[in-house]
Amino acid sequence: MVEKTTYNEKLEEKCKEIFAGGHSKYHERLKEQNKLFVRDRLALLFDDGQYTEDGKFANYEAGDLPADGVVTAMGKVNGQAVCVMANDSTVKAGSWGARTVEKIIRIQETAEKHRVPLLYLVDSAGARITDQLDMFPNRRGAGRIFHNQVRLSGFIPQICLLFGPSAAGGAYIPAFCDVVIMVEGNASMYLGSPRMAEKVIGEKVSLEEMGGARMHCSVSGCGDVLVENEREAIEEAKRYLDFFPANFTEQPPLKEAISAKVGRTLEAIIPENQNAPFDMYEAIDALIDEGSFFEVKKLFASEIVTGLARIEGRSVGIIANQPKVKGGVLFVDSADKAAKFINLCDAFSIPLLFLADVPGFMIGTSVERAGIIRHGAKLIMAMSSATVPKISVIVRKAYGAGLYAMAGPAFEPDVCIALPTAQIAVMGPEAAVNAVYSNRIEAIADPKEKLIFVQEKHKEYKEEIDIYKMASELIVDEVVAPSDLREVLANRFTLYETKLLSQPPRKHPVYPV
Amino acid sequence: MTKLTSTMAGTVFGVEVAVGDEVTVGQVVMILESMKMEIPIEAETVGTVSEIHAQVGDFVNENDVLITFDV
Repeated sequence: MVEKTTYNEKLEEKCKEIFAGGHSKYHERLKEQNKLFVRDRLALLFDDGQYTEDGKFANYEAGDLPADGVVTAMGKVNGQAVCVMANDSTVKAGSWGARTVEKIIRIQETAEKHRVPLLYLVDSAGARITDQLDMFPNRRGAGRIFHNQVRLSGFIPQICLLFGPSAAGGAYIPAFCDVVIMVEGNASMYLGSPRMAEKVIGEKVSLEEMGGARMHCSVSGCGDVLVENEREAIEEAKRYLDFFPANFTEQPPLKEAISAKVGRTLEAIIPENQNAPFDMYEAIDALIDEGSFFEVKKLFASEIVTGLARIEGRSVGIIANQPKVKGGVLFVDSADKAAKFINLCDAFSIPLLFLADVPGFMIGTSVERAGIIRHGAKLIMAMSSATVPKISVIVRKAYGAGLYAMAGPAFEPDVCIALPTAQIAVMGPEAAVNAVYSNRIEAIADPKEKLIFVQEKHKEYKEEIDIYKMASELIVDEVVAPSDLREVLANRFTLYETKLLSQPPRKHPVYPV
Repeated sequence: MTKLTSTMAGTVFGVEVAVGDEVTVGQVVMILESMKMEIPIEAETVGTVSEIHAQVGDFVNENDVLITFDV
């Protein structure tokens, strides 16, 4: 209880003023936009709504810039200490002045010292151009925020909740975070606004088209999780955090094991015909603890599925081909998506599970011009250099470089498991027979004879790539019945806990990005 | 009117609807063959098939219009 004195009353009054944020008309505006006030967001995020704030008097002397438009605080989320930076869009549209930037830099330094996750609750119009000399170019100017983000990347989890705009330079806050959760209709990211685009390059475009949440979550790949409203964004951020350790030196928390969802068996889900599609989500459900899936980039490059899940309570990162979408073929964007996800899991000791059912990388002029080789190299390097436990499961086909990308035997997975439906080859039987015997096939005039010849060669080829032959040659380490797979995975991930891989002495590889 | 476009380059393997059919979201309306795989193409909105732009055996490029729907 604070003792009642004149100066204490004065202090209390000043605090009240600051906690109220900007002018009431801007609070009305929030309601119209279906947005919450920054302090209400924080109350929802932190356990019991409790947080410890620093620098709330920032720019108090200015009179109309409470906290200088940003709240920086420490508190607990699901029992885990975290640091938070949260823009207040009722104060000059959440724009950055000199003290705003200094506060953001300080909370980053705090997160580094205490080695705890850092959340960025972004809703900001960008720099205050009138204050540029004080906040833009200097050593502790806005650039330092991004420099710190890079420094903290992989050291502590960094999460962005995008509630409004993140404009121009500010757009790099989400870009350097591990994961970006975007609220549909309100969140946006862009370097130049539509107004600027019209003035500078003559393009007429809406904000939603150019930098809206849905666009970024489905087309550009800058967004990871699209949510309907702010409460959902906060809930998703909490769910995400639960998979991660506080920093890279610790292990992800073990949760209570939950059995898999009751449903069809993997035997029923996976068709034996290699070319027939099925839904990989249903197969994932049969392997993971029910309700534990946290999908990353669901709407982007859906031919590959990436997500966090638990198997018997343990955090795992799943990378799975989706035969239902584009045949599960790897494209430029799918390679890019999987590479970032693997980097994320490896940074925080989350073991990886690859579920391979992949005809290979896409071919043709369009993807070659888009640089599919260097994007594919990015994925292969990320997978190859990951030192966490890696389990590769060959579900059905794994052809060509697809086998490599999905942690095939040459890339030191801790185990390469084949299901009896697995088929490993440079290419599928049809393509291979055409490639090897095209001259001889063409030379046979009689169509009936031609068919007999081709079928004979298909049969020979299939025998050549028989999965038991692969097991006999020690190419795969184990063949497992699909219905046993969950148990096998749980058991092996437990055994691999002690994995330690020495690295060649060097600074870092030269990334093919 | 909405247009359903091809998700990738390939050959039309099957047309699962006819002009006048009503479709639901997620219904498979066409199957492409590409990279030796069958690629189901699903309707993205509820609607009635007004025109089918590609027939079995036709080569289609990514983003080519396959079917037009009246919504």
